Amino acid sequence: MTDIASKPGQTEVWITGIGLATSLGEGLDANWAALQEKRINVDEKGFAPYIVHPLMPVSFDSQIPKKGDQRQMEAWQRIGTYAAGLALDSAGIKGNKDILSKIDMVVAAGGGERDLNVDTGVLTAEAKGANAPGFLNERLMSDLRPTLFLAQLSNLLAGNIAIVHGLGGTSRTFMGEEVAGADAARIALARIASGESDIALVGGSHNGERKDLLVLYEFGDFNLKDKFAPVWARKDHAGFALGSAGAFLVLESRAHAEARGAKPYAKLSSVVADLARRRQPGDMTATLEKLWAKLPKREGKGAIITGATGAEPATSEERGFLKGHADFPVRSTGTMFGHTMETQFPLGIALAALSISRGALFPPNDSTGTEIEMQGAPTQIVVVGAGHWRGEGMALVEAVG
Amino acid sequence: MTAPRDKFGRPVVVVTGMGIMTSLGAGKDDNWAKLVAGESGIRTITRFPVEGLKTTMAGTVDFVSVDPFSSTGLSERMAEIVTQEALEQAGIGAKADFPGPLFLAVAPVEVEWPQRRELGRAVGAQDFNYDDLLRISGGGKYTAYHHRFMFGSVAAHLAETFGTKGSPISLSTACASGATSIQLGVEAIRRGETDAALCVATDGTVNPEALVRFSLLSALSTQNDPPQAASRPFSKNRDGFVMAEGAGALVLESYEAATARGAKILGVIAGCGELTDSFHRTRSSPDGKPIIGCMNKTLADAGMTPDQIDHINAHGTATPENDKMEFNTTSAVFGELAQKIPVTSNKSMVGHTISAAGAVEAIFSLLTLEHQRIPPTINYETPDPTILFNVVGNKARDARVTAVMSNSFGFGGQNASLILTREPA
Repeated sequence: MTDIASKPGQTEVWITGIGLATSLGEGLDANWAALQEKRINVDEKGFAPYIVHPLMPVSFDSQIPKKGDQRQMEAWQRIGTYAAGLALDSAGIKGNKDILSKIDMVVAAGGGERDLNVDTGVLTAEAKGANAPGFLNERLMSDLRPTLFLAQLSNLLAGNIAIVHGLGGTSRTFMGEEVAGADAARIALARIASGESDIALVGGSHNGERKDLLVLYEFGDFNLKDKFAPVWARKDHAGFALGSAGAFLVLESRAHAEARGAKPYAKLSSVVADLARRRQPGDMTATLEKLWAKLPKREGKGAIITGATGAEPATSEERGFLKGHADFPVRSTGTMFGHTMETQFPLGIALAALSISRGALFPPNDSTGTEIEMQGAPTQIVVVGAGHWRGEGMALVEAVG
Repeated sequence: MTAPRDKFGRPVVVVTGMGIMTSLGAGKDDNWAKLVAGESGIRTITRFPVEGLKTTMAGTVDFVSVDPFSSTGLSERMAEIVTQEALEQAGIGAKADFPGPLFLAVAPVEVEWPQRRELGRAVGAQDFNYDDLLRISGGGKYTAYHHRFMFGSVAAHLAETFGTKGSPISLSTACASGATSIQLGVEAIRRGETDAALCVATDGTVNPEALVRFSLLSALSTQNDPPQAASRPFSKNRDGFVMAEGAGALVLESYEAATARGAKILGVIAGCGELTDSFHRTRSSPDGKPIIGCMNKTLADAGMTPDQIDHINAHGTATPENDKMEFNTTSAVFGELAQKIPVTSNKSMVGHTISAAGAVEAIFSLLTLEHQRIPPTINYETPDPTILFNVVGNKARDARVTAVMSNSFGFGGQNASLILTREPA
């Protein structure tokens, strides 16, 4: 506690664990292989005309051994709890009670998976004339599963992770779509860098295979329809394809990692975020430029991994920003993984750390020329995450020197 | 002159503005007057039909109008009003230019029944499924609902209205959310990232489905008649909490920045602590260790010992489990003092404002420090003989109060405590 003021901002923060469960597969090797092969997993039929990136099936039992626990969760929580377990494994701290009892958790979450049958049951009964004052109350009282509420609550992703993996430090859940993922990383980083915390589990999860979510985004005409195209090739066919994914990171002070002999994938040097007013064209571009300028100086071999959604006008605004940095090879996670909302930013950090640790940026997958080949090993990757509606975040992931 | 840093060398964090709204009314003056008079804000729900519900009362905020109505819209409006009040008191920054970040505790957001029903009617058929709803959702007719039901929408609105800096954080730690929003602000100031932070917590979610959800978990009181007597913290015949609406806003500043600009200091956030319970989704670990740890961490963070706490603003939900657990854990931390320190639960009067509770009760704690008067725990007619708290039952009590611990515990193993003092330690 006493060293908080004595060395503020001095502590280097390492990424020592990564857990991924995505539409491309589970674990780092499977995701890396799919990226190398430019393999994309989209479902154009199941939710037609909408396109989603479905989760590559995983055996939940391996990370969530108790069936009772699995039953208490909806898919988004199972995906996240699973990916969190992979991250703890990857950091070598799974089951390490000393560390897990103090680990700080910052989770970016949405929530609220609906019981579609209950919803349509009520609505069709009303369409057929059910109009007694207490009709909705009675149906909800009799039809809603009592435990569904817990599967809907945003902070119950963190709650389930704590229960299943035995985490006993602190637990904070940030909401607010895409930028919640950036803010989660930002706060966890600030707490470790200032000495408030030694180690943190940060991430999020998203189930993109949900019609209730499609309805919500369809209100704003944000869903990609009919035909898949890479994010940069959607300008005249705008939209995002929701993706299912869980992405978690273990962030750790260098001293804490070294004391236990943990190896870093990369270091997380900076996370910044802002809220552009987005009233005029160029507002969001200007905010991204401002965030770029706030990052520590980039002198190494750089690249950009962005969570650009494909929705407009945000994607065009971001394209405007990227044009000013055309010397940085760009990769879009939206093309490869779909739009995983709160999870997209942690996913971007994870892929940046993975690329640095494997000594290569994954190949481009784009027909418009926005993404170019990169030769050699990246030492600095900027992760960009601009929300489809609000919120902008940026992070700098670097090779450990 | 007290040092601007605490004994750990961190900037002292003070409160220079507060705004509050509960079912008792709007503003600090109205709320405080009714609170110390022992008035209840709990009433029979009139916002929607209550037929078929086991619980028919709540602490609703019915005096704020929102059109079109939604729980998220009400949460936003209440947050706006209390923020305005807090900023006026603090006199900080300029209009629409608050010199620091926003930390907002807000209930999880989702599409609500009035909007879902509107969509159902728009399908125009008697038999339909979700695909039919989906088919008519686009085209721009419901764009406003997209914005309304984004999780980040309330924070974005407040940030734009009040000109807070950076990315506003929307957070949920269930019933501890309000305390967490304050904790995030305290940490940002202690780290030296900012001289000021706006911490807001709001909850306007008394709607049929929210009520049903808590009801199905058997968490709510069903003592509907009279509604004012439903919330009975620490009583033998308590049977659950009462859902309620409300909001609280606090302007936090470093002591240094506040004194430099000559601001009136309303109190100090001397300590914050939180600790996760991994035992169960809705129940506390039977040994109470996470809550005990949370209180101890908070004392340590404040650099204080239990004997320096002279009032506890309890979580006191009036669920059978919470109140017993709270006494046992408080006893483990405070020893015999747990039976001497005056304890009260604001929820006896305003109900459980869920996401807002931590901030609402922090503000009541600061008002307690200011007025040197502890608001009562009403409906305390039949004390639970196993809860040996020194409950400030039914009538407000004048007392010398220098440091208050305010506790918040929530679903998902969320525990958070704050220590508030009148002066920097």
